[in-house]
Amino acid sequence: MAKRHETIIPTLIEKHQKPLIDEWMAAQASFGTSGTSGDVETCTRFLTELRRGTAAGEIENLQAPVWNGMRELLGEQSRARALKGFSPSETAGFVFSFKRPLFALLQREVGASAAQLAAELQIATQLIDGLGLYTTELFQKSREEVISRQQQEMLELSTPVVQLWEGIVAVPLIGTLDSNRTQIVMESLLQQIVASGSQIAIIDITGVPTVDTLVAQHLLKTVSAARLMGADCIISGIRPQIAQTIVHLGVELSVTSKATMAGAFELALRRTGKSVVDRKPSQASA
Amino acid sequence: MEQIPILMVGDCLLVSIQVDMHDQLALALQDSLMTKIVDSNARGVMIDISALQFVDSFIGRLLNNIASMARVLDAATVVVGMQPAVAITLVELGLTLSGVRTALNVDKGLALIRRIIDGEERELDRREK
Repeated sequence: MAKRHETIIPTLIEKHQKPLIDEWMAAQASFGTSGTSGDVETCTRFLTELRRGTAAGEIENLQAPVWNGMRELLGEQSRARALKGFSPSETAGFVFSFKRPLFALLQREVGASAAQLAAELQIATQLIDGLGLYTTELFQKSREEVISRQQQEMLELSTPVVQLWEGIVAVPLIGTLDSNRTQIVMESLLQQIVASGSQIAIIDITGVPTVDTLVAQHLLKTVSAARLMGADCIISGIRPQIAQTIVHLGVELSVTSKATMAGAFELALRRTGKSVVDRKPSQASA
Repeated sequence: MEQIPILMVGDCLLVSIQVDMHDQLALALQDSLMTKIVDSNARGVMIDISALQFVDSFIGRLLNNIASMARVLDAATVVVGMQPAVAITLVELGLTLSGVRTALNVDKGLALIRRIIDGEERELDRREK
């Protein structure tokens, strides 16, 4: 059970709210967070919550129910700042800049008694530090959420399986192939093969920057899985440099491969017994 | 004891696995399938595993074995209707069943067997000429 701390901070806040906010705004501006300071309304809410928390004497435990409002306020603030692209110190500066006016106020009010001033300063520092750290933590967390959401979106966006013709599907791969992505590509490709009843799948690697042994192994896994389901794979879009790398690495791509998607599509059409012909041969040759 | 039915369609044997395969059942299937190939003089074997949700390494290897044994008895084996999840599992297990031919569904499987048998006969005709 955390100890209850008696402090005069809530009384001081109540008495000097207006000058505290003014000084705080000034401190925020000088903290190097120009244009990033919270507005008067936010500061007032902060002070109200701070008064409620300190009045309850909960200095050590910021997870206590009495701090719920404060945590919510800081959560909103740090999330908003994270999304706007502020730096961590700019975000934490909102809380830390409150130290200066609060310490000045304490100095004025209880400066006469050194022992009391020390005790109050100790409480104030612990409190503000805790709140500042909490803000930074939240800021970090919301940044991480943004990153993981973007990662997820990238995974979903980058693996479309398109139907080129009846019985022919294609996956244009873009970006580096790691095992995570291979798994997703494999799953969506195989599902599409079943759904469309396609016999031929074209895997286009024009957008894959490098092909090393690991990527080749991932490709071959996909090809084997498709073959097990009864579909043939053609790998297309092998750039000249990649062809050289593959040979130098000694990777054996035991699959039909074509230099371009067009070539692969033509082969796929031929295998399914179709062909593309010019509608008016005379015009084409003219 | 439960048994997996083996149907004769033209000169092909059709096996549709609708129950979970346990090892004993799989071995019994391999046994009766080989007997049936010899008895009926079948040219092709089609194994439909579209209802199979789980395949372990034993069943995977058994499918491969059936294909090899059938080839010895001059019958082409085609495995049809493998589920995506099963295909991924087999690849992760390192079983690519390189000796087995595959097709998407029963329809395409029958067409594939027909093509294989016709191809073999054409080859024979060509040699006779």
